[in-house]
Amino acid sequence: MNEKFYTEGEPIRDTKAPEGPIEDRWEKRKFAAKLVNPANKRKLHVIVVGTGLAGGSAAATLGELGYNVTSFCYQDSPRRAHSIAAQGGINAAKNYRGDGDSIYRLFYDTVKGGDFRARESNVYRLAQVSVNIIDQAVAQGVPFAREYGGLLDTRSFGGAQVSRTFYARGQTGQQLLLGAYQALERQIAAGTVKMHTRHEMLELIVSDGRARGVIVRDMVTGEIERHTADAVVLATGGYGNVFFLSTNAKGCNTTAIWRAHRRGAMFANPCYTQIHPTCIPVSGDYQSKLTLMSESLRNDGRVWVPVKAGDSRPAAEIPEDERDYYLERIYPAFGNLVPRDIASRAAKNVCDEGRGVGPGGLGVYLDFADAIRRLGRDAVEKKYGNLFEMYERITGEDPYTQPMRIYPAVHYTMGGLWVDYDLQSTIPGLFVVGEANFSDHGANRLGASALMQGLADGYFVLPTTIGDYLANGPYGEVDEEAVAEAETAVRTKIEKLLSVNGTRTADSYHRELGRLMWDYCGMERTEESLRKALERIPELREEFWQNVKVSGQAEELNQALERAGRVADFFDLAELMCVDALHRTESCGGHFRAESQDADGEALRDDENFAYVAAWEYGEQGPILHKEALDYEYVKMSQRSYK
Amino acid sequence: MGMNLTLKVWRQNGSEDKGRMVTYRVEDVSPDMSFLEMLDVLNERLILEGDDPVAFDHDCREGICGMCGMVINGVAHGEQVATTTCQLHMRHFEDNAVITIEPWRAAPFPVVKDLVVDRSAFDRIIQAGGFISVPAGSAPDAHSVPVKKVDADAAFDAATCIGCGACVAACPNGSASLFTAAKITHLSLLPQGQPERASRAKAMVEQMDAEGFGGCTNTGECTAVCPKGIPLDTIAQMNRDYLKASK
Amino acid sequence: MAVTGAVLVLFLVGHMVGNLKAFIGADSFNEYASFLRTMGAPILTYRVALTIVEVVLGVCIVLHMWSAVSLARRAGKARPVKYAAKRKSQANGYAVHTMRYGGVIILLFVIYHLLDLTFGTVNPAGWDGTPYERLVASFAPERWWVTLFYVVAVIMVGLHLRHGLWSAFQTLGLASGRSYRPLKAAAAAISAVLVLGFLTVPVAVMIGVIK
Ligand SMILES: Cc1cc2nc3c(=O)[nH]c(=O)nc-3n(C[C@H](O)[C@H](O)[C@H](O)COP(=O)(O)OP(=O)(O)OC[C@H]3O[C@@H](n4cnc5c(N)ncnc54)[C@H](O)[C@@H]3O)c2cc1C
Ligand code: HEM
Ligand code: HEM
Ligand code: SF4
Ligand code: F3S
Ligand code: FES
Repeated sequence: MNEKFYTEGEPIRDTKAPEGPIEDRWEKRKFAAKLVNPANKRKLHVIVVGTGLAGGSAAATLGELGYNVTSFCYQDSPRRAHSIAAQGGINAAKNYRGDGDSIYRLFYDTVKGGDFRARESNVYRLAQVSVNIIDQAVAQGVPFAREYGGLLDTRSFGGAQVSRTFYARGQTGQQLLLGAYQALERQIAAGTVKMHTRHEMLELIVSDGRARGVIVRDMVTGEIERHTADAVVLATGGYGNVFFLSTNAKGCNTTAIWRAHRRGAMFANPCYTQIHPTCIPVSGDYQSKLTLMSESLRNDGRVWVPVKAGDSRPAAEIPEDERDYYLERIYPAFGNLVPRDIASRAAKNVCDEGRGVGPGGLGVYLDFADAIRRLGRDAVEKKYGNLFEMYERITGEDPYTQPMRIYPAVHYTMGGLWVDYDLQSTIPGLFVVGEANFSDHGANRLGASALMQGLADGYFVLPTTIGDYLANGPYGEVDEEAVAEAETAVRTKIEKLLSVNGTRTADSYHRELGRLMWDYCGMERTEESLRKALERIPELREEFWQNVKVSGQAEELNQALERAGRVADFFDLAELMCVDALHRTESCGGHFRAESQDADGEALRDDENFAYVAAWEYGEQGPILHKEALDYEYVKMSQRSYK
Repeated sequence: MGMNLTLKVWRQNGSEDKGRMVTYRVEDVSPDMSFLEMLDVLNERLILEGDDPVAFDHDCREGICGMCGMVINGVAHGEQVATTTCQLHMRHFEDNAVITIEPWRAAPFPVVKDLVVDRSAFDRIIQAGGFISVPAGSAPDAHSVPVKKVDADAAFDAATCIGCGACVAACPNGSASLFTAAKITHLSLLPQGQPERASRAKAMVEQMDAEGFGGCTNTGECTAVCPKGIPLDTIAQMNRDYLKASK
Repeated sequence: MAVTGAVLVLFLVGHMVGNLKAFIGADSFNEYASFLRTMGAPILTYRVALTIVEVVLGVCIVLHMWSAVSLARRAGKARPVKYAAKRKSQANGYAVHTMRYGGVIILLFVIYHLLDLTFGTVNPAGWDGTPYERLVASFAPERWWVTLFYVVAVIMVGLHLRHGLWSAFQTLGLASGRSYRPLKAAAAAISAVLVLGFLTVPVAVMIGVIK
């Protein structure tokens, strides 16, 4: 049915995960990994692109181990990577509460939360390593919340039945990132890491089949630079900005991983997108990004919309019996606390029925009136004061007197470059960590797991597994032709963008692409909508290349050029996302195909046909699908139910 | 019905350029726009006119990355308290207002272009000692050292600094004391930070001076504009640690 | 800065107390002045102790000024390009912004003051008069402008200390968040006492209470 859009290649048979009991696999892998003689480490050069939790911790650790590291980020300081924005917390199987948590339980919850589309071996390792992350962070001085007894506080998060989420007020990502950043700066001072800020990776250098370096643009001078190394690590974060509006930072992009994909790295599960239910709704066309509000709000706030479509009365004038508390109505057991994807979709449904509130009818109420009545204003203020303040700052409305409006927004991308158990992509020498890879969350990410994964990859997993690859190095001179070819590709693209001289800005194309993706490949996808998108995206891309306007020169700080370059890659990625979403005719986790739902409108998996990772190879004639089968030896596959 | 505004914006084409104020009109600005979204609108227009858009730093647009920052009508991040530029909304301005927009002004923060400045001096202050030395994998169990809740909370308050540089921009002396003190205080209050406490304070203060920041005369402008409300007593803490270390 | 400032503050307190002796009468005041000179006797000879004090004061003033000037120069270097918009103060407190020019006024005042009351060079009673005579002569009603100058200067000193006292604690790391309120209140109180204490004497002379 979809032959037109892709072809199928060989399945992936080996992910390099060791065999044997699941709890011994990581031990086994560590022991089998070759060690690098300390004297040789200096001679081995590793490039790390990205300084978020994954890249920052990786570069710092590799530097500490004695490797010769070069690190890049597009911001003016490594401390500003988007990980800084994470609010809620980080999971770890410490069982400090004695409430029955264990490595096995975290493993179990994560596999289940990922709707059985994640690898058991990887997830188990993640749960094992989670314990060390907290130790490491505390030793670095990360000021996690504490109890009066002086011990660490935890909370339960995202429907988990145990309290395993460590947090630092609403700024967990910030504090963890600053820990990694400080470790990184320490290595920079020690001379083991060379940092290049305001440098954007625009191409990967592949020589003799190995990843050997990157082409970057100095964003201040516009100079195109070549950097070569024995191995390259990409830690460039997620691509949620393909939707234009998302909770991601403005600069988040797909360029680094997309370029690597173009050069041979497979891209896995691109369609898995996490939508977060509690964001502040869009207020107008000029809107440049969406702001997330902590999910904890759903603990006390009640979600509702008017019963009647098109009811434009202010909330206060709508009597109780004309309000529809739809989550409580449809999901009496979990009520307002249903998982992210379910809450998001339910909001979309009521808005589609014309019952949405606020500008454009794209919003639902999150009402604290009951909570204020029950707990008192002071208690509510104590618990949620800073979130209310943030809401008021952005919307100009007072949530104490008038219900908040919320709407779902794109938040996280579970897809990314395909990596094996060693975090190595299909290009030897190219490693991918953090949100940029696809590895550990399956079709849906459990809250508070991305921080865990980024740090597990960067502090503990990659530094071990990359050693195994580097032990066979140094890999000698890099083929000059390969470098020159990559550089030319970059220069050609920049010249092209500057020379079109059309009539629309890159941002306006990005907005249109984002809208299209949201409408056709967003919270709910259908065969029809995806086909429409696949028709429209190439047209829009064509138009972009004919009609985009980028002012200024290449050899200067040029933000218009930066944006245009990123948008160009988003077009290509968007197309692959739609192909992936179209081919996966089941619903699972963050991928909901309207055709595949049960009688109650819940996501219906098709384990028979889709219990695999979809790894896409780039092909001039369209993408080539490689399937990596997923086996569940430990956690029995089951259908989720939140009724 | 949007607002109409006159913007006087500092334009400087690279660090060598002398720079000048340029006046722009922006029309039909929605009061719900953020300050940066208002500049986006101006920039879209400038690009279509073939002009250089006004360069400014930003990333998260939710007040946490510390990338954005400009001096608006003489106040770093504008007059709203505890607010970054990206979180400042146009509803706080009057219709037909004239708004002056300038970059952070400090010698250790050279202008890169327009409103973009180079804040790498902050990174070098951290490099001098703003960390606890602990290689990955060598940490003891997190519960082996309890920390009093008050200390943990106070450390957190100091640790929320986003490194935006508004303190420097606002300080009449161009001092980086609040930024430096925030980090010193964060780490000094925790037991984990004790072994390196003295050397850290000394090295960071000396690096701050070497970068060319001015000295602190306790004017308190920094904490008043700080989007995270880093308190002034962090500076006392820094001075205390520094004097102790210099003895 | 803070240390030298603190020494100067201590001097000022002593100085004010001494000045107030003028109310008790000429003898008391003169006695005080001569006490200053015979302090430490018989161990120390005439004026030695006073000279030591003067030297310490002199060194402090020089160091204090030197730090003030170097701080100002560093500040100037740290901000070579000024803001076009008038920088609006977000912190409250007027006193903070008078430190530099206030300091200069104080310095000018001290020079005049020394010529006036210590050396008598510009004093109508001249070097020959007793300190008390010089005092009364200086603030004679017809020389109201001298008194005015003193008043302005003393107010400047008050403002200087209003900020300076608290600031010194902060600089020495002796302050903390909890002590800010009491410290600032104390700074305000001490400055007020000093201002009042210093002003009563010249004003009293001018209106003839002391003659
Ligand atoms: C608002 C928000 C809240 C969140 N809350 C939570 C939470 O509570 N718990 C949780 O577990 N997860 C949370 N997440 C998810 C989590 O924060 C991210 O998935 C994670 O931080 C990603 O880390 P990273 O290191 O992979 O990438 P990032 O932190 O995104 O870092 C990417 C790095 O790559 C660099 N880079 C990117 N492209 C290029 C290029 N082309 N050239 C050079 N450099 C480049 C950037 O400069 C940056 O340094 C949240 C996410 C958001 C958006
Ligand atoms: C006898 C008179 C003076 C006294 C008692 C005095 C006292 C003080 C004190 C206590 C401080 C605060 C120190 C600190 O914050 O660390 C201070 C600061 C200052 N003084 Fe003075 N001072 C006097 C004279 C002067 C003079 C003559 C000048 C200038 C020429 C001056 C300039 C300054 C300046 C600029 C500061 C601010 C620097 C700072 O706060 O560190 N002062 N002074
Ligand atoms: C306004 C009221 C003041 C009066 C009536 C007053 C009076 C005097 C007198 C009479 C002397 C001479 C003492 C002697 O030589 O025997 C003196 C000395 C001096 N005064 Fe004042 N004074 C006043 C304020 C100040 C202030 C505000 C300052 C400093 C800021 C100051 C600083 C000095 C100094 C430095 C000396 C020299 C001390 C010395 O020689 O040891 N005075 N004052
Ligand atoms: S102390 Fe405040 S103003 Fe200064 S850099 Fe930190 S957050 Fe910004
Ligand atoms: S404004 Fe400047 S003078 Fe000190 S108190 Fe803040 S650094
Ligand atoms: S853009 Fe991140 S703080 Fe403003």
